[in-house]
Amino acid sequence: MTNLQLLWFILIGVLFSGFFFLEGFDFGVGMLIKSFARNDAEEDVVIRTIGPHWDGNEVWLITAGGAMFASFPMWYATLFSGYYLILFFILAALIFRGVSFEFRANMETAKWRNFWGWAGTIGSLCAAFLFGLLFTSMIAGMPIDKNGDMTAHFLDYVNLFSVVGGVAVTVLCLVHGLNFIRLKTAGELRERALSWNKILYPVLFAGEVVFAILLFFSTDFFDKKPLTTTAIVVALVVFTVLAYWGVLGNHEWLSFIGSGLSLISVVVLIFNGLFPRVMIANNSAFSLLIKNSSSSPYTLKLMTILAFSILPIVLVYFIWSYWVFYKRLASPKQSA
Amino acid sequence: MLNLGLDILGLARFQFGMTTVFHFFFVPFSIGLAFVVAVMETMYAIKGDQDYKRMAQFWGKMFLYSFAVGVVTGIIQEFQFGMNWSEYSRFMGDIFGAPLAIEALAAFFIESTFIGVWMFTWGRFNKWIHTLFIWLVMFGSSLSALWILAANSFMQNPLGYIINKQTGHVQMVSFSKVLGNPQLWNEFPHVIFGAFVTAAFVIAGCSAWRLLKRDHVTFYRKSLNVALIIGLIFSLGSIASGDLQTRYLINNHPMTFAAMEGLYKDSTNKGEWTAVGGFDTKNHKSTWSVDVPYVLNLLSYHKTTGTVKGMNKVNKELHAKYDKKFGNDMNYYVPTKTLFWSFRIMAGAGALFALLAVVGLIMNRKKSQAIMKQRWFLYILGLCLWLPFVVNTAGWFVTEFGRYPWVVYGLLTIADAVSPNVSVASLLTSNIVYFLMFAGMGLVMVVLCHRTLKAGPDAANTDGYAAGDKEIDPYSKGAFNHD
Repeated sequence: MTNLQLLWFILIGVLFSGFFFLEGFDFGVGMLIKSFARNDAEEDVVIRTIGPHWDGNEVWLITAGGAMFASFPMWYATLFSGYYLILFFILAALIFRGVSFEFRANMETAKWRNFWGWAGTIGSLCAAFLFGLLFTSMIAGMPIDKNGDMTAHFLDYVNLFSVVGGVAVTVLCLVHGLNFIRLKTAGELRERALSWNKILYPVLFAGEVVFAILLFFSTDFFDKKPLTTTAIVVALVVFTVLAYWGVLGNHEWLSFIGSGLSLISVVVLIFNGLFPRVMIANNSAFSLLIKNSSSSPYTLKLMTILAFSILPIVLVYFIWSYWVFYKRLASPKQSA
Repeated sequence: MLNLGLDILGLARFQFGMTTVFHFFFVPFSIGLAFVVAVMETMYAIKGDQDYKRMAQFWGKMFLYSFAVGVVTGIIQEFQFGMNWSEYSRFMGDIFGAPLAIEALAAFFIESTFIGVWMFTWGRFNKWIHTLFIWLVMFGSSLSALWILAANSFMQNPLGYIINKQTGHVQMVSFSKVLGNPQLWNEFPHVIFGAFVTAAFVIAGCSAWRLLKRDHVTFYRKSLNVALIIGLIFSLGSIASGDLQTRYLINNHPMTFAAMEGLYKDSTNKGEWTAVGGFDTKNHKSTWSVDVPYVLNLLSYHKTTGTVKGMNKVNKELHAKYDKKFGNDMNYYVPTKTLFWSFRIMAGAGALFALLAVVGLIMNRKKSQAIMKQRWFLYILGLCLWLPFVVNTAGWFVTEFGRYPWVVYGLLTIADAVSPNVSVASLLTSNIVYFLMFAGMGLVMVVLCHRTLKAGPDAANTDGYAAGDKEIDPYSKGAFNHD
């Protein structure tokens, strides 16, 4: 394994971390449209918190996918063709939620506003759940053949472990979204987000414990890397505790950063466990390895130069765009 | 198993065609609208004329709808290579992945960040700064076109690579050659100019329908004027860049060019150009045609003499060149009728757009009322708002079918590129669902644009949040003493 290959393995992890940190809260906020907001005016405000940002957040996914294609074509090909139907449903969910914000805002009748509100809610829910399901089933190992082609069956994708993983990621996104709402609104919505999180955090703890137990039985992570895996799982729980402490003590930033770091811990856990593989085959001889799944040294070097010259600039204006919208949104007046 | 005569390859090809064509309805429309709206807002910044601000906001609404659909259908494209074409991805990843990743990093971030800022900050920034945001969106989306076309150009005309002896995959050896591909620099201006023309004629067409109803006459006449000036400049630009591209094809893709002109046999020195014709694609000959002498040579070489190779000859040459590697049962004839007619639609529409723009600008002079009296002309403009979408699709057909039977020209056939492990059932499901979703989204788009148009430029901003939301500065005193 060369340094460049290692670097790009880490960079893909960084890009997915960015994606889960950012899109995590806007999936969460999306799920809240029809569940948390009590009327049309509240829905407007909830959507407005992510209005200027969701599209930029999604670009992290597109960048991660593109970077995977460029730096590890074998990984990209195996993962994307192997997870055909799951990715197809993710795409459908992303499409529905993506257009729903703009379409909902422009519908004239309550019925259609309602329809697109639900499209945003269910789309966000499904996308978060399916991403969790996909990555969890991936680390459990998949039937991959000599050519790198995966031909899996329903139960390889959907089983107790992957469903728990999917639910855990969904709940994580949900609390992350609520923490974001706490930061971005004032009044009634901000108070309600607090009371929701007080209930959801205990659920999340339970989910994380079940997930950790299943991780032990379903993957080789604790066998192969007992130390780091344990450390990251502990970190995941610690971040969640910190976030919960932030919720209880009314420290909004702490809880938001805490839930964001919990999501990132999940990504780190996965990438740490994968290393030095990128796809785990049931027959370990056919696992895809970092060293033989990557692009040529020339392409990796080129990509490195470009990424390190462009990404800093992107980060500057990306963060600036959040700064532009630092103000809180008032909750709508209760109309009796 | 139920056998419907469907195979993975056919379904994957259909899906690629369907998703690309649908995506490409919205891409040129969005790029073009970003440009036109940017021009309008710039006019506002210069002149301070509120009409231009209203124009930028009004047509900006359509831009936002189109952008939303363009974005979500774009994600399908990136995922599709891995999902449906895993063998292609393995073969091409070393070269194809890089432009795709750079596209996301350098272009998508700019457009998605600044479109968010632009749409929610009317009146919050100095007008020049706010105008800069939409120019950045326009810059980002044009840049994304450049990178994806760089990737596409390699498929048309591979340059700057070697074949890795161990893996048999392509490997990049010169990024500057990949980026300097003449195919790219012939294709990119044509696509961008076409995008500007698309937006210009949609705006012109929409304005024409409103003018027929004598609705907001000043507003729509001004919009029409901006649209037609842009339409004129860039339809001429499209024609010129199209001409460059065509002449590039004669040498680099003689089969594509011969099919575009419907030539099975080599042309004679007289340069007979087939204006319209019928073809027997099985026996590789033309059945009837209306020929005009010299035009073929004028089009191909800008002079009256010369000959162009016909498909039959090119087919023999390709067999001689590739039989060793790919076997002698390959079919090198491209879908002739599709290319022939697509090319005619494209070229004909280009000329029509330029003509309409000239006539429209003359009629729409400030002091003249001609445009309001010549209702037939407004009807024609109104109908032509659909034409750019047909033309863009035709252009895409010429490029992509012209590559047949290759996915990467001379290196990888379409049949060898498909994912072997995806089932017919999966592909069939995704095809049907995509189709239904696209039909739904297309319908909503048309309804929304129509409604926006009917509501007119004075309608309140229905984005709901842009105008009336209350914001609280968390750093101001008393920010947390809400109510």
